[in-house]
Amino acid sequence: MLRDITLGQYYQTESVLHRLDPRVKLMGTLVFLISLFLFQNFTGYIVATLFLVSMIALSRVPVSFMFKGLKAVIILLMITVLINLFATPGETVVSFWKLTITKEGIYTALFMMFRLIYLIIGSSIMTLTTTPGNLTDGMEKALSPLSHIRVPVHEIAMMMSIALSFIPILLDETDKIMKAQMARGADFESGNIFRRVKNMVPLLVPLFISAFRRANDLALAMEARCYRGGSGRTKMKPLKYHLRDLAGYVILAVYLAAIIVVPRVVDKIFVQ
Amino acid sequence: MSLIVNHVSYYYNRNTAMQSKAVDDVSFVVQDGEFIGLIGQTGSGKSTLVQHLNGLIKTQEGQICFNGEDITDSDFDLRAFRSRVGLVFQYPEHQLFEEDVFSDVCFGPRNLGLTKSEVELRAYEALKQVGIADESFYQSPFDLSGGEKRRVAIAGVLAMKPEVLILDEPTAGLDPRGRDEILSLIRKLHDQNNIPIILVSHSMDDVAEYAVSLLVMHDGKLVYDDSPRNVFAEHRTELEEMGLSVPEVNKIMHLLREKGIPAPADAITIKEGVEACLEILR
Ligand SMILES: Nc1ncnc2c1ncn2[C@@H]1O[C@H](COP(=O)(O)OP(=O)(O)O)[C@@H](O)[C@H]1O
Ligand SMILES: [Mg+2]
Repeated sequence: MLRDITLGQYYQTESVLHRLDPRVKLMGTLVFLISLFLFQNFTGYIVATLFLVSMIALSRVPVSFMFKGLKAVIILLMITVLINLFATPGETVVSFWKLTITKEGIYTALFMMFRLIYLIIGSSIMTLTTTPGNLTDGMEKALSPLSHIRVPVHEIAMMMSIALSFIPILLDETDKIMKAQMARGADFESGNIFRRVKNMVPLLVPLFISAFRRANDLALAMEARCYRGGSGRTKMKPLKYHLRDLAGYVILAVYLAAIIVVPRVVDKIFVQ
Repeated sequence: MSLIVNHVSYYYNRNTAMQSKAVDDVSFVVQDGEFIGLIGQTGSGKSTLVQHLNGLIKTQEGQICFNGEDITDSDFDLRAFRSRVGLVFQYPEHQLFEEDVFSDVCFGPRNLGLTKSEVELRAYEALKQVGIADESFYQSPFDLSGGEKRRVAIAGVLAMKPEVLILDEPTAGLDPRGRDEILSLIRKLHDQNNIPIILVSHSMDDVAEYAVSLLVMHDGKLVYDDSPRNVFAEHRTELEEMGLSVPEVNKIMHLLREKGIPAPADAITIKEGVEACLEILR
């Protein structure tokens, strides 16, 4: 039931992107997200699309799987598009009742829609190709200089990785408790909003109890293995850069340069 | 009452890269008043199969018929049906949520839309049946012992007066004493309520003695459907290959036979074992 959520989920397969160092992927995602705000015209989209499409191809994750993640944010997408469509002043295309659609509105709405879709797909490529553990390792390593100014980087990373690994467990647990209560005639689907909230009690109470119990067990297990935070702790698989990671950084740099330069050059040619 | 399972198969994550077959072409019949043992190693698909029986999992392939009605029909009222096939989940105590034991047991019958007095009467009867003392009725369910919590959870399903009772690994995680108590409670329920019971377990000793019919699952398939005696006598080595062992008494009988002593191959209870040994010594 609850397993349809793909945003932030790992997809197991064999590809270059899967093998890439998580630090490169973090940097890559950051660069891609920033790059989406660096251009204002159509040519920029061509460059970004080329990059995104090649990354999707490299990741070997089925495209349908990637787009499933968009379902979760479809409402947000629609709201953004509608607001931009109706609320941008400019040259009127059609108008009815109190609403007018302008040429600029259509342009901005499309622009925003693609930007949002690219944002989401871009970041889901990272989570789809990186295990949560790997991701937090990468973050910890990338942010480790901050620990000199007393930012508890290791602790934050540990909290994140625990939270991430608990998500599927809690989803499973929710599924199980929901079914157990449905076997006792509980109804989670019908009724008005107040009834529905009230009907959630038989689900939420056991879920919280189980989450606390698991947290408690985990804390005990960590303590029993002498976990005392990050200082002096070594890794079983320390992150090391390979040739492909360097290649990754180079490709990123080229992409960044391209997205800054190409739209401007093309603009100039067309203006002349 | 009749429950017919006809060529049921089920895949998790169907049509994705992670698709896995959990139940593979299973058919069997549950007859009135029968006591069925459903045995299989962890991961053999027992839980998935029993969740089909009260419609919690929609069948992907095959049919399930209850009293001649196909529960997979689109116009079949599943919600009303769920109360007629009582399913006690594994670790049922994890579903307790009310402030006191009595209200928790009331949850099921209340969902059936009964009057308040009828709800309370049923909850009272169910709690008495599972042997919870009156003093504990208004305690928090979380203050009870593990075995007691489980009995309260079973009462929560019994209070709906199901026509079939299914218990998924009811002895999991209990100490030997708790296990014996739960098993004898289940036997008592079978004798008193005269409804068919399906007892799911991975331990032969839990079901050997009392089950009239034994279903053995392996890798999602139903491999044997016979009386426990026949299954143990004829398929001992296959069972062991599946990671299931025969009851301890039966093991001894087979060891004796290997030594050339004519012990009966189908003895499964301690009583039978003792009698067989006495017979041999005579
Ligand atoms: N929610 C689920 N999602 C995916 N696979 C599952 C799920 N539940 C069980 N499985 C898989 O289905 C198979 C059968 O599981 P289950 O019915 O729980 O077996 P049993 O109760 O006999 O231990 C196992 O291989 C298990 O890993
Ligand atoms: Mg199970």
